[in-house]
Formats: sequence, structure tokens, C-alpha cells
Amino acid sequence: MSRSPALSVKNLRKSIGKKEIIKGLSFELYPGEVFGFLGPNGAGKTTTIRMLVGLIKPTSGSVHIGGKNVQTEFGEAMKDLGCIVENPELYPYLTGWENLEHFARMDSSIPESRLKEVVDLVDMGNRIHDRVSTYSLGMRQRLGIAQALLGHPKLLILDEPTNGLDPAGIREMREFIRFLAEKEKLCVMVSSHLLSEIQLMCDRVAIISKGSIIRIDTVEALLSEQERVVWNAEPLDQAKHLLGKVTKVSEMEGKLITLYDEDQIGNWNRLLVNAGIEVKEMRTKLPALEDLFLELTGGEHID
Amino acid sequence: MTKLVHNELLKLFRKKRLFVIILIVAALVPLFTYAQYQQAKTTQEKLGNADWRTKLQQEIVDTQNRLSSSRLQDDWRKYLKIRLAQQQYYLDHDINPQAPGAPTFMRVFVENSITLLLPLLVMVAAADLVSSEASGGTIKLLLTRPVKRWKILLSKYIALLLSVSFIVTAVAFLSYTISGVVFGYGGWDMPLLTGFSTKGEELLTDNVHLIPQWQYVLMEFGLVWFVCLVVGTLTFMLSVLLRSTAAVMGIMLAALIAGAILSNMVSSWESAKYLFMVNLALTDYISGMATPIEGMTLGFSLSVLLAWAAGGLIIAFAVFTKRDVY
Repeated sequence: MSRSPALSVKNLRKSIGKKEIIKGLSFELYPGEVFGFLGPNGAGKTTTIRMLVGLIKPTSGSVHIGGKNVQTEFGEAMKDLGCIVENPELYPYLTGWENLEHFARMDSSIPESRLKEVVDLVDMGNRIHDRVSTYSLGMRQRLGIAQALLGHPKLLILDEPTNGLDPAGIREMREFIRFLAEKEKLCVMVSSHLLSEIQLMCDRVAIISKGSIIRIDTVEALLSEQERVVWNAEPLDQAKHLLGKVTKVSEMEGKLITLYDEDQIGNWNRLLVNAGIEVKEMRTKLPALEDLFLELTGGEHID
Repeated sequence: MTKLVHNELLKLFRKKRLFVIILIVAALVPLFTYAQYQQAKTTQEKLGNADWRTKLQQEIVDTQNRLSSSRLQDDWRKYLKIRLAQQQYYLDHDINPQAPGAPTFMRVFVENSITLLLPLLVMVAAADLVSSEASGGTIKLLLTRPVKRWKILLSKYIALLLSVSFIVTAVAFLSYTISGVVFGYGGWDMPLLTGFSTKGEELLTDNVHLIPQWQYVLMEFGLVWFVCLVVGTLTFMLSVLLRSTAAVMGIMLAALIAGAILSNMVSSWESAKYLFMVNLALTDYISGMATPIEGMTLGFSLSVLLAWAAGGLIIAFAVFTKRDVY
């Protein structure tokens, strides 16, 4: 791509003691895209994010934000970054506005007027002068985003942004993130352990397991490839035998599961029907993250 | 940097830590004032008249009586002899060491609180400066700003210096104004003796001279301020090293109390004089009290404390700037 990347990670590694927990990650993120960072708990998502934002020093490799190296040009790199790592933890004994003032004072390039702007952006005008300890989780999340946006960042990193939100809050957050990427041309990196969330929000996704990226692709490509067909047929054994001849088939809870293949699915059905098997149900199913994982990692367990 | 310090002071202020400390002092000072008032009254009743010379004479006789007891430990005997010589000097020169008045109260109060009470107050202010950011998770937001880590820590340290100075000033102000209600506000010009030094069992009076009480009190508050800074710095270091404010307070509390206990029992363990907590009683050098270990001088104690504080600061900055934040 011709655009310069908002975030560029090259061969990032981290060892703690003798154990290597992040094993050479490389990827690039561009302005205007929402990038999902997907993996189960313990895969190394949070450690990676902490290295991106400079909280943890990588053992080797480099991180560039807006072209500036986080290790050597820390101050410059941080000006282009807004982030929430894990929960949006702000000072509970200060008001929302005081929290924003506090963080604005740490960057002299932030003008006074920007505070009002970000408050309007996250729509918190009526509660901003209350103490943070009285806020609900959703409001803290919004205030967290407000503080992340203070410095007009090029890159916004959000760690599990919908964690603990109610369905309305999740939807609102999703729309807000899309808005930031499409209208404000921000690059947003979102981590999650929920596939459904990533699917609705992101353009591209990286799947990480045990410290390595096992796949980077667009969401459509990834999902369509992993789409499954569930068959409920009678008698089951015979159906399994027949399907097994033409494709990979597995049995789960009294149903058969095969890959989804648009060109072949009709033929497979005809095969069963012609053999006198009663097909009671046939539906496509998006894989759960767990299935996707088992598939991509070759059956290795998630820990 | 001013803005960063502004942030830290705002947080300190809004956490109401300083407010609590001032409340503690404001509650304790009347207590001590009342105690001292009662003490003065009892002695007065016992003696039958208010003349301090009789009282001092009585104290000297008491001390002499105690000295004549054969079961005295050597340490204690040495201390009593020094004390006796000092009291005798006051009597001979017609100087009342306990003349009532708010400045005298300030002096006595600060001499008695320099090893434990004031360090504890400073500890309360310093303990959660960094550890609360770590345990509250706000450190992640603080360290992902375009500000280098050492600057953030320095702004916290400056905020600590300012609050220590504030605490010491507030203690001086409160002890003066509150006790003055009972004892009166006069007595600043009263001459006091200083320059005592001890060598073996002898009280050396070669350097003894008179200074007005205000100067004496000022010197003592200077030393108190220094002690508070050292204790604050060490607490600050622990606050960087540990996430839990309770652990910081626990360790510091144990060290301070151990210091108070050790001071009474280490006279023959010489290397204990390099521990910071047995060197906190700096005001004793001015009033001429016996040191816990022979050979300790004001200069020695100051250097030991300074070395500990410098070490603490170096460790704090080295760890804070290098550390991985989880």
C-alpha cells in the first residue's frame, strides 16, 4: 500500500526468564481501518499491546507509531497514540473533567478547547463534572476513550473495549469505533477474545495463539473460509459414510458437520437424498472462535 | 514540569491525605498540651511553690539518688551523669530549661516526635504516591503520555518535597498556636544552652554557648525537616518498588519502630549506627542528650541519612524508568 502505516511492528519478541511469550510478531496497520486482535485469554494479546504502547520493553524487534520508534523516540511516538489498556482506570476521586485536564496537562500541544471537543464526541456533557467513582462502567469506558482522543492520535489502541458493557453499550461502542475509523480516519486496533465482536467491527483481523500470529486476513475471507454446514440426517451413520467419501466430516451432538462449499453443497445434498437418506436440517454456521482455533492450530488446546 | 507537579499536588490534595495529617496533628497537639499542663501542675503541687529553681534542684537530687544505686547499668549511669552535669549547669547559670511558653512546647514536642510521630505522618503522605497508581491501574495512562518516565517520577518527588515541607510547617504552626492558648505565646528570646558534646562519660562544655530560643527552635525544625525528607524519600522508594500501599506502610512502620527499639539496646553493637532508623534523633545532638551508640555525631548522622536517601532515590529512579508495567 502506498499510504504510510499508522503502526508498524517488526519481529517483536518478549522473553520472561527463559520462556519466550511473544514469538516474533510482525504486522502493519493503516489509517482508516479497524484492526482486530483476536486470541483467547493468555495468548499474549495484552503483553503485545503493552509493548506497543511502551509499557513493556520488548526483548527484541521494533514498534513504530506514525513512523516514530517507541523505544528511541518515546515522546514523539506517544503523541500519535491514544490507548486504553485493559480497563479504563481513571482517578476515581477526581471528576471526569478533572481527569481530562490532568491528562491534557501532560501534553502541551493539547489546546484548552480540545477538552470540550472530546467530551462532546463521546457525548458525556451532562455528567462530566461528576466524580468518576459515581460513573457506570459504560461511562468510564467513554471517558477512557475521551482521554485517549485528547491528543488527536493517529492510532487508537483499545484493549477489550466492550468488556462488561450491556448490549446497547456494545452496539454504541461498535458504531463509535466505526465512526472514528471512517469519518476521522483513525486507525483503530481492537483486541478481543470474542469472534462475533471482531466480525461486526473490524476490517482486518490477526489471530494470535501462544505468542505467535497464526493468521492475518480480512474478516470476510477468514469467516467464509471457515464457514460450516450442519447436517441433521437419518440414518446418521449412512449419511456420515456417504459424506465422508466426498469431504471431511465430523460428528457432534448427533449432527454432522462439514465445510461450507458453495459449489458442492447441492451435489452433496443430492447424494444423500438419492441414497434414500432423509435430510431433516441443513444450515450454515459461522464457527465459534474455539472451532476456528482448533482448525487453525490443528487441534491444539486453548489454555 | 510545573504542570506535572500541579497534577501530582492536585491528586494529593483530592485524596485528602494532607488534610488527614493536619487533622491528626491538630488533635494530638491539644492532647500533649494538656499532658504538659498537668505535669507542670503536679510538680507545682508537689513542691508547694512555683519556683523552677527548687524544681530543678529537686531533679538534680533525684538524679543523684538514682546514681547512688548500685544496681544501675553502665549505660544508664553514663547517661544520668551527663544529664546531671547539664542540669547543674543550667542551675548555676540561672537558666530555666523548662520555662513554659508556646515556643518551649514546640521545642519539647518536636524533640519527642522526631523519631516516630513526624516520620509516621510523612510516611502516610508518601506511601501511596506511586503504589496507588500501580494498584489503581492509572499508571498505564500516566506512562503512555508523551512525557518521559523520569520526568513523571521527578514531578512526584517534587510534590513529596513540597508536602513534607508543608507538614513540617503545619506542625510548627499548629503546635505554636494551640499550645499558646494555655502557655502564652511569649518566650522566643529565652536563652538556651547548646553545643554540648559527650566524650566517654564526660560532658564536654567547651563549646557550650547560649542562643535565643527562636534560633534553637529554628535549628531543630531544620533538622526535623531533614529527617522527614529522608523518611519521605525512603517511603517513596518503597512506593515505587511495591504495588501495595499497605505493604509500603507496613515495612516503613516496622523500620521506624525497630529504630526506636534499637536506639535503646544497641550501645554495644557498633555497626548499627549505619542504620538510618537509629540516626533519626538529630535534635538530641543540639540538646546534648546521650547518643545511642558512642561516637555518633551530628555530622555522622546527617551523612548516614543523606546516603540512605540518595541510595533510595537512585533505586527509585532506576527501577521506575526501566521496569515493565503489567
